[in-house]
Amino acid sequence: MAHDTEHKLEIFRGLIKFKSNVQKIWGVLIFLSIVTAIEVALGIVKPEALMAQFLSMKLINWIFVILTLVKAYYITWDFMHMRDEKFGLQVSVVITLIFLIGYAAFIFLVEGNYIYDIMYEGFVSWNF
Amino acid sequence: MSSTVSSTEIQPELTQEPRPLNASYGKLMMWFFIVSDALTFTGFLIAYGFSRFKNIDSWPIADEVFTHFPGLHGVDAPMYYVALMTFILIFSSVTMVLAVDAGHKMQKDKVIFYMFLTIIGGAVFVGSQAWEWKNFIKGEYGALETRGGMIIQFVDSNNNKRLSIEDFAVYKPQYREQHKKSNGLWFQSEPALDEYSVAEVTEGFMADPSIVVRMEKIDEKGHKIVLNREQSIEKVKQAVYVVRGANLIHNEYGNRLFADFFFFITGFHGFHVFSGVIINIIIFINVLLGTYEKRGHYEMVEKVGLYWHFVDLVWVFVFTFFYLV
Repeated sequence: MAHDTEHKLEIFRGLIKFKSNVQKIWGVLIFLSIVTAIEVALGIVKPEALMAQFLSMKLINWIFVILTLVKAYYITWDFMHMRDEKFGLQVSVVITLIFLIGYAAFIFLVEGNYIYDIMYEGFVSWNF
Repeated sequence: MSSTVSSTEIQPELTQEPRPLNASYGKLMMWFFIVSDALTFTGFLIAYGFSRFKNIDSWPIADEVFTHFPGLHGVDAPMYYVALMTFILIFSSVTMVLAVDAGHKMQKDKVIFYMFLTIIGGAVFVGSQAWEWKNFIKGEYGALETRGGMIIQFVDSNNNKRLSIEDFAVYKPQYREQHKKSNGLWFQSEPALDEYSVAEVTEGFMADPSIVVRMEKIDEKGHKIVLNREQSIEKVKQAVYVVRGANLIHNEYGNRLFADFFFFITGFHGFHVFSGVIINIIIFINVLLGTYEKRGHYEMVEKVGLYWHFVDLVWVFVFTFFYLV
């Protein structure tokens, strides 16, 4: 079954095309390293401008979450070869996770925030 | 399928296993396992997010907790170590893909070489995590705990640097023996008595007027609130317990849940890395023995590769939500 060794060799929607699969792997590594380096630099510097609140979270945290999702996409699509799989497999893995994780994250974070409000505004002291 | 079916010859479609979605049975099952395992980690990380949103104004700041780097003693180096760990894991992921790629081309020696590098990378990562745990459990400054479970940390008001309780606690000989079975107290047990008692720390604190208290609460800018001297004295009087380092019940960094989530999330991930290394070693031995050469394909390397990348993927999320955000 040494089958389908042909890989799709372009990333960024065809902006960068690689000649071989090995070359693509190194290219993706460089990309992931750059993204991680940006994350670490932002985490250390913590620019004042990104501390503003946006949709109940700091702007910098939104950037971290988005960069993480970008990294997750390239690890799954290129390292796990999801790019070469059939559309049906891609969808059955990704949609399931996006739906369940998105739903659970929404429910639990809203609930956590609600409990915070209750404890903050309630008449019981929690700091003793 | 042709319409004329002869009963003597076997149809070629039935000699192979069915391949739904053009993936083999094993690969498909690995993907299903990954989806369910991803949901387990989701449960952990969302529970972490829940507790964090619940205590949004008093959660410990990760940058102040994870400040160690091997070889740099007393240097404040937040994030560098976990960043290094992330690079190690991503790199071992890359060597794994290269092994899979070599497997497609039936190049046994290259598969051996790259799988070996992957195993080394995984082992280094697990070791790094053990070191991280050691620092976390040992702690750095120590703190007092109030009856309500609030952590009281100490700051030198002259230079705003954190103070370790060893720096100022006085030495008062204790009369209290640890309760042990060997002393005839078979009906009760207690953990080893701490090096410092609350009385020793309190007395040292009262003696030096430059020491103030830092609370768990965070101001609008995200810094911990430091009390003035009078408020500090009030707070220290409420202390009932000396905390040094971290375990599942107490930790000196702040909210108790913080250490619990640290142990569970990074521990569960570390366990995945560990089992990944073991599975990698098994497949590595099979490659060495030429099992897959004889079988004619290296799909097992591909399947274990999927698991290994998944472990890397989870770390990317743990890194973000535990250390960055």
